[in-house]
Amino acid sequence: MARIDLNHIRHAYGANPKSDKDYALREVHYGFEDGGAYALLGPSGCGKTTLLNIISGLLHASHGQLLFDGKDVTRLSTQERNIAQVFQFPVIYDTMTVYDNLAFPLRNRGVGEADVDRKVRETLDMIDLASWAKRKARGLTADQKQKISLGRGLVRSDVNAILFDEPLTVIDPHMKWVLRSQLKQLHRRFGYTMIYVTHDQTEALTFAEKVVVMYDGEIVQIGTPAELFERPKHTFVGYFIGSPGMNVMPVAVEGRRARLGGQTIELPGTPKAEGASIELGIRPEYVRLGAKGMPVTIRKVEDIGRHKVVRASLEGREIAAILGEDDHVPADPHVSFDPAGINLYDKSWRVEMGA
Amino acid sequence: MEKTWNNKAWFMVLPVLVLVAFSAVIPLMTVVNYSVQDTFGGNQFFWAGAEWFEEMLHSDRFWAAMGRNLIFSAIILAIQIPLGIFIALNMPRKGWGVPVCLVLMALPLLIPWNVVGTIWQVFGRIDIGLLGYTLHALGFDYNYVNDPFDAWVTVIVMDVWHWTSLVVLLCYAGLVSIPDAFYQAAKIDGASRWAVFRYIQLPKMQRVLLIAVLLRFMDSFMIYTEPFVVTGGGPGNSTTFLSIDLVKMAVGQFDLGPAAAMSIIYFLIVLLLSWVFYTVMTNYDVEK
Repeated sequence: MARIDLNHIRHAYGANPKSDKDYALREVHYGFEDGGAYALLGPSGCGKTTLLNIISGLLHASHGQLLFDGKDVTRLSTQERNIAQVFQFPVIYDTMTVYDNLAFPLRNRGVGEADVDRKVRETLDMIDLASWAKRKARGLTADQKQKISLGRGLVRSDVNAILFDEPLTVIDPHMKWVLRSQLKQLHRRFGYTMIYVTHDQTEALTFAEKVVVMYDGEIVQIGTPAELFERPKHTFVGYFIGSPGMNVMPVAVEGRRARLGGQTIELPGTPKAEGASIELGIRPEYVRLGAKGMPVTIRKVEDIGRHKVVRASLEGREIAAILGEDDHVPADPHVSFDPAGINLYDKSWRVEMGA
Repeated sequence: MEKTWNNKAWFMVLPVLVLVAFSAVIPLMTVVNYSVQDTFGGNQFFWAGAEWFEEMLHSDRFWAAMGRNLIFSAIILAIQIPLGIFIALNMPRKGWGVPVCLVLMALPLLIPWNVVGTIWQVFGRIDIGLLGYTLHALGFDYNYVNDPFDAWVTVIVMDVWHWTSLVVLLCYAGLVSIPDAFYQAAKIDGASRWAVFRYIQLPKMQRVLLIAVLLRFMDSFMIYTEPFVVTGGGPGNSTTFLSIDLVKMAVGQFDLGPAAAMSIIYFLIVLLLSWVFYTVMTNYDVEK
């Protein structure tokens, strides 16, 4: 296992990139700690798979440097980097048995049969497929196949990191949950460095200690799930994480007050920014619906089981609020914002608020 | 709910029944009819029973043609299948080279068979043919008209030229259907070029290869037009394959009875061998 440093990595698929638009990956400068569990989260086309392939060496970055434990590996091949990668669609060698599938990466590297056997049996236990060892791999279910893909990575005890590229896409919902918890368990027991690419926020938030949110070719925020929820650094993180996403509305700031149309909102502090491009972000969880505050018109109420999502209109803008399952929508509805959940954004990036 | 029975539905399959009857069943039955009778012309037939079949199965001429045909098919498969796979593996997967290669590969398949025969018949002539003349000028004693070996080489090279493309195109179709992730995973697993072929590409091509082997076997086993045009079955009987012999017997000598018996034996052999191929190759698939 190794620490992975991305040193000003940029990547363009075409030759001679001119503007920022030509880069699939604009600039990534970050270090993945040894033994950490990371998720790369972002919408399709944001560059997360590109970044993953750069780490595994399937792609070579057009600019920047990649370090494993301080050693420059930028120009090394996939094989020399010693990386394991699990792909979106399970890759198995269908003419081989489960056992031979797992032995394949070891045999390719010239490991002796005695060691191969020991390692393969260990791995089979780890991924719970010991009783399937002699079976042909082609008859297995999607989740078993994906476990074999993973197993081929785990079997090499010296891998620097295990990379996952949306590995649960083709897995049935209830098996997704099982596999995800098995992955977490493996991580806890063996301390692999794991990087997990996904566009599913639940997957990212439950799997990772640290979530790297990417948008349009760059990293917009890196943080724990709680940080991403409470303090989204960029309005995109606010929208993308949470269900429904954060409410964002343009406001005019005057000292400790923000003006939204005819309404005034008390801020928890004085923002260190002003101007025309200031927006206020508040998650639906922090919007209180009651008899006091700013008047709203209710558009609809969605009951999604554990709670209700209220869609309302405030000063002509859509706003979502979360209401407890047993709470009722008041007859003359008003909303107020919990100061703990208020974030301010200037040109989409979060600004700090002083006392 | 009660099911409605309506036998009028049978009329729907009538056209196809009539078509198949006239194109296949009736001619086949005619052949069966001939094979158990004798005729001396004048539309007079006498019952002959299994006589023609016995004669055929004891005929050296028949078994010699059969032997030549089996050897021919074996050589054709041994050359065209590996060569086809090799070319398919080396064809480009993207870019402008793809349509160019596909068109080049498809060209020989689009040429009518007798034209292929004529092309090679002329190509190989030592007086005016580019190939024959050049070989001669280089000092090779090449002459497909006199030398059985040269005749065989010519017919085989012609068939390879004509039909390897089919194997290539089938294999290529199998290869391009392999997702990139397989190659990427193989890289990560440290697989060699050979391992990639053996464990990824070959298994993915298995189905199309089965079809390629079957088609090439049946086609080569029933080959007629091209060697007929090029060598006419000669020199001697050296390139007289079953179909050529059959035509000689039926049309040339007007031995309808023996020719009909031979047709049926020939047909059964093709059917049997195809069934064996198919069963063996699909069983292999299931077992593994």
